[in-house]
Amino acid sequence: MHQPAATTATSPPIQDAAPIIQVQDLEKWYGKFHVLKGCSLSVNRGEVVVIMGPSGSGKSTFIRTFNALETYQKGRIEIDGIHLTPKMKNVDAIRREVGMVFQQFNLFPHLSVVDNVMLAPMDVRGWKKEKAKAIAAELLERVGILDQAQKYPGQLSWGQQQRVAIARALAMQPKIMLFDEPTSALDPEMVREVLDAIRSLAESGMTMVCVTHEVGFAREVADRIVFMADGLIVETATPEEFFTNPKSDRTQQFLAQILH
Amino acid sequence: MQDFTLTQILTNLLIATKWTIALSAIAFVGGGLVGFLLMLMRISPNPVLKGLSLLYIEFFEATPLIMQLFLMFFGISVVFGLNLSTWTAASIALTTYTSAYLADIWRGSVEAVPRGQWEASRALGLGYFKQLRKVILPQAVRLSIPSTVGFAVQVIKGTSLASVIGFIELTRSASSISNVTFQPFLVYSLAAVIYFCLCFPLSLWSRRLEKQFSFGG
Ligand SMILES: Nc1ncnc2c1ncn2[C@@H]1O[C@H](COP(=O)(O)OP(=O)(O)O)[C@@H](O)[C@H]1O
Ligand SMILES: [Mg+2]
Repeated sequence: MHQPAATTATSPPIQDAAPIIQVQDLEKWYGKFHVLKGCSLSVNRGEVVVIMGPSGSGKSTFIRTFNALETYQKGRIEIDGIHLTPKMKNVDAIRREVGMVFQQFNLFPHLSVVDNVMLAPMDVRGWKKEKAKAIAAELLERVGILDQAQKYPGQLSWGQQQRVAIARALAMQPKIMLFDEPTSALDPEMVREVLDAIRSLAESGMTMVCVTHEVGFAREVADRIVFMADGLIVETATPEEFFTNPKSDRTQQFLAQILH
Repeated sequence: MQDFTLTQILTNLLIATKWTIALSAIAFVGGGLVGFLLMLMRISPNPVLKGLSLLYIEFFEATPLIMQLFLMFFGISVVFGLNLSTWTAASIALTTYTSAYLADIWRGSVEAVPRGQWEASRALGLGYFKQLRKVILPQAVRLSIPSTVGFAVQVIKGTSLASVIGFIELTRSASSISNVTFQPFLVYSLAAVIYFCLCFPLSLWSRRLEKQFSFGG
């Protein structure tokens, strides 16, 4: 099943017309447990898709298949025209296109902030140190951490660590960014600084898929909201529709819980 | 029967200590190299490599070192018709023994690095060996330092067993000296003090490292 593209009225340039993420009827099992039961999603260039849904519904598993952190058994994934087979062909090419930010930051604790950001550009892209350093400085500036560049992750607040993680992912110059509950591990006072960084990234035109429970953020930044429950995509809607006029009972229940 | 002075006894013991230290060093360096390869096999996704390494580790951990020394010294000559010198036999036996334990200690340290580190580095596109070299091993090394140093103490004490195949190190030398001096208590006490002087600083150091690294510092 194909999801309709978000905006059809304004016509994008012709070469950008094809969705950058195309996932069709994706199915995955953990042993006997059917975790994804046929999920389809296409995301256009520059589009921001927010995935919501109760815990355990398969949101993380779903987006982790997009950069091959998880395998899948059935269906089809195509990222920027590259077919990601269930046998994990083309994995390297895909990972270069897709950046990911995790709930737990996962910064490298033995490397300074700037080295965290420079590692992949130098080791994967093969950039010279000077070039990597320049890009790292630019990105750290962008997320507001340049003055902490020489510190180690353990010396930073969690909100700062998550912003470094965003800079680290961006340093690979990905075409797509995946966020898996980027603010769920943060204290409330730090949520905002991280969401602001993500929002400005969205405004710069980055294609993003973001799992989050932040309603305000979703309303404001998302082009589309995808609601998942029990391994299925139950509903896809604009934020406006989703929050004011949800179609399925399952969505209504969920919203009643998180909005109370 | 001549009388032996304390100095003579001590001098002889210290000469033998040289061989204890040499054997320990060989075992540790050789065992470290082999152990590192075994650890890589043990954590590899390849079931054959993993299985072989597991078998090796289990064998050397589950049999007494003294048995391994006998097997190496007598077994090789029976099975292969090769006569190993006590030096060679003791070096090989202690190296294999050390490699098994170090492989296990280091595997534990690699596994103690949080899964998220693998995931984040994989998501950034690092290949398996780059992940290991740049992200996982630097963290695992820090985690493993206290137990690695702690195990060095076991190796030094373990070399005393090489005396059973006639390798002349501190223990063997102590036993021969006490046979001619008829002063076993004195001689073995001195030998014990020497072992203590070798091992205690390592133990202390290992305990200090453990404290230092236990808070993720
Ligand atoms: N490695 C795994 N092995 C087995 N089951 C898993 C594994 N990872 C996740 N699951 C299960 O799959 C389901 C979906 O997990 P997840 O994708 O993390 O959900 P969500 O992100 O929506 O909370 C959960 O029931 C979880 O317990
Ligand atoms: Mg999740």
